[in-house]
Amino acid sequence: MNRDDLIDFVYAEAATLDRMEWKEWLALFHKDGRYWMPLEWQQEDPILQPSLMYEDQLLLTVRVERLSGERTFSQKPKSRCHHLLQRPEVVSMGEEDGVYKMRTSFIYTETRGDLLDRYSGWVSHELVEVEGALKIQLKRIDLINFDAPFSNIQLFI
Amino acid sequence: MDRYRGNPQAIAELVKGYAVHRDVYVDQEVYELEMEHLFPNSWVYIGHDSQIPNTGDFITSKIGNQPVLASRHRDGQVYVMHNRCPHKGVKIASEPCGNTGKFFRCPYHAWSFKTDGSLLAIPLKKGYEGTGFNTDEAAKGLPRIENVKIYRGMIFARLAEQGLSFEDYFGDALSTIDNMADRSPEGELEIVSQPIRYMHTCNWKMLVDNQTDTCHPMVAHESSAGTAVSVWERAKEANPDMETPMAVQLYAPFMSPYEFYEGAGIRVWPNGHGHSGVSGSIHQDYDDVDGYLAQMVEAYGEARAREILGDVRHNTIYFPNIMVKGPVGIMRTFIPLGVDKTLVESWVFRLKGAPDKLYERALMYNRFINAPTSIVGHDDLEMYERAQEGLLSDGNEWVNLRRLWEDDEPTEATDVVNGTSERQMRNQFYAWRKFMIQNMEDTTGTPVEAAE
Repeated sequence: MNRDDLIDFVYAEAATLDRMEWKEWLALFHKDGRYWMPLEWQQEDPILQPSLMYEDQLLLTVRVERLSGERTFSQKPKSRCHHLLQRPEVVSMGEEDGVYKMRTSFIYTETRGDLLDRYSGWVSHELVEVEGALKIQLKRIDLINFDAPFSNIQLFI
Repeated sequence: MDRYRGNPQAIAELVKGYAVHRDVYVDQEVYELEMEHLFPNSWVYIGHDSQIPNTGDFITSKIGNQPVLASRHRDGQVYVMHNRCPHKGVKIASEPCGNTGKFFRCPYHAWSFKTDGSLLAIPLKKGYEGTGFNTDEAAKGLPRIENVKIYRGMIFARLAEQGLSFEDYFGDALSTIDNMADRSPEGELEIVSQPIRYMHTCNWKMLVDNQTDTCHPMVAHESSAGTAVSVWERAKEANPDMETPMAVQLYAPFMSPYEFYEGAGIRVWPNGHGHSGVSGSIHQDYDDVDGYLAQMVEAYGEARAREILGDVRHNTIYFPNIMVKGPVGIMRTFIPLGVDKTLVESWVFRLKGAPDKLYERALMYNRFINAPTSIVGHDDLEMYERAQEGLLSDGNEWVNLRRLWEDDEPTEATDVVNGTSERQMRNQFYAWRKFMIQNMEDTTGTPVEAAE
């Protein structure tokens, strides 16, 4: 993998979410991958410190299947989302541990009905190569106002 | 035009028991009267003393819409004060928590106060000499709230000078707090992290009502808990040796059938307190945590340890606006910000001396159920928002609370009833009526008899 491959991956992952291709998005995760939204500044522990989300494939699958359910009342009407990304920064090419690390500044917009909410922060990707393809080992979302009282965030930043 | 101010009869008529008038949820004037009467007359949770262990530590909170702060003084005591400078009203402490050192200092004109609230110093004090300042309220410092009680570390305060004592107000309801604290082998709880905060565009009482509403989980949460169950069943088919993960253990019981909740029971106490899950609850079947039972047996003896852990109460309402989930170690505060705006803060307690796994489970439960990113919370909030809008319909001005109603239902009683009853919601509204009009002067000039 070269730097362009890594940067392209981050853009493509966001585009998959913006197209609401949830199953394709799930397939980008490593089987042991995690999606993490910390609740504290520079948080180190997802287990014994509080988080907004810390989810594995099983929990992410529940979310994705729920979004298309007939009785998913909070998705009537459905939400849509938009990711605006700054150029991803390559933090590590994985020379030592095989883990590519990226950090990307973002503005995320989620809308439902007449309402629109906007969030800002940084997304960190830890990517590994599996059979020639990049997979997400960890996607971490650090909001600038992680401790603010939000209303529903229903899709994926 | 005031319809309710100075009219306790009109307030009382909003609560029929088997129904309440929509104005309790949507009327601006009723909301303002809650701030003026209901919250000051009630014992309201301020915070936990583990948040302020050292001299100079403070936390800020609100009673209704009034800002207060609690601080640890050098005598080791916790003092609760109105959070406003006696000079111009500026809030003395602006952060949720912190340490102020030896004194509070107002950032506007540098008036300073000891950590028990008393006035310490004013710059250029000679400007007040001979002015009569020492007869002013301001000379006393930060107005102190006298009616304060710390119970198992939980700090409560009552603003009104007259009213029920702490013990008379809560009575046997304190048994849930006892059970939660007793679950620590050391008998103590501590708060070591920030709460999950979640903004709701609905009246605060919709959240309070929902805590003992056992007929909604299998309906409103089918999309989350039901999907979790089906995804897990498929995973298990593919790999039968997998053990049920903690996450599935937390979600799956939400799909329990009506019969389960009926049998689990609801207990009510006087003054609006009560809980779901008397003889069982959705929290009863979690995996044992290695080493925990042994710790509890060592601390309490076998019989007492099993008694503590066997009491798996679901949600306990401490009227007016907090809920305690003892077996998980979670407390939620429903903070009114407006007639249709409520801030929910969900706190997790660490059981001192207990294995980390229990704290891990409580944190997981909190983000699954109580977070703005929670798929359970999404559907709850959707219901509240739709109710807040639907109640504006003139087609029916009443909210129905008739489930398992009986004529002559007592309004101040300890009782255990069928777990699908709406009795606890009615119980809350009997208390709501009581504390709304307790000190409300009738200024209508109409004798109560004539109004009937």
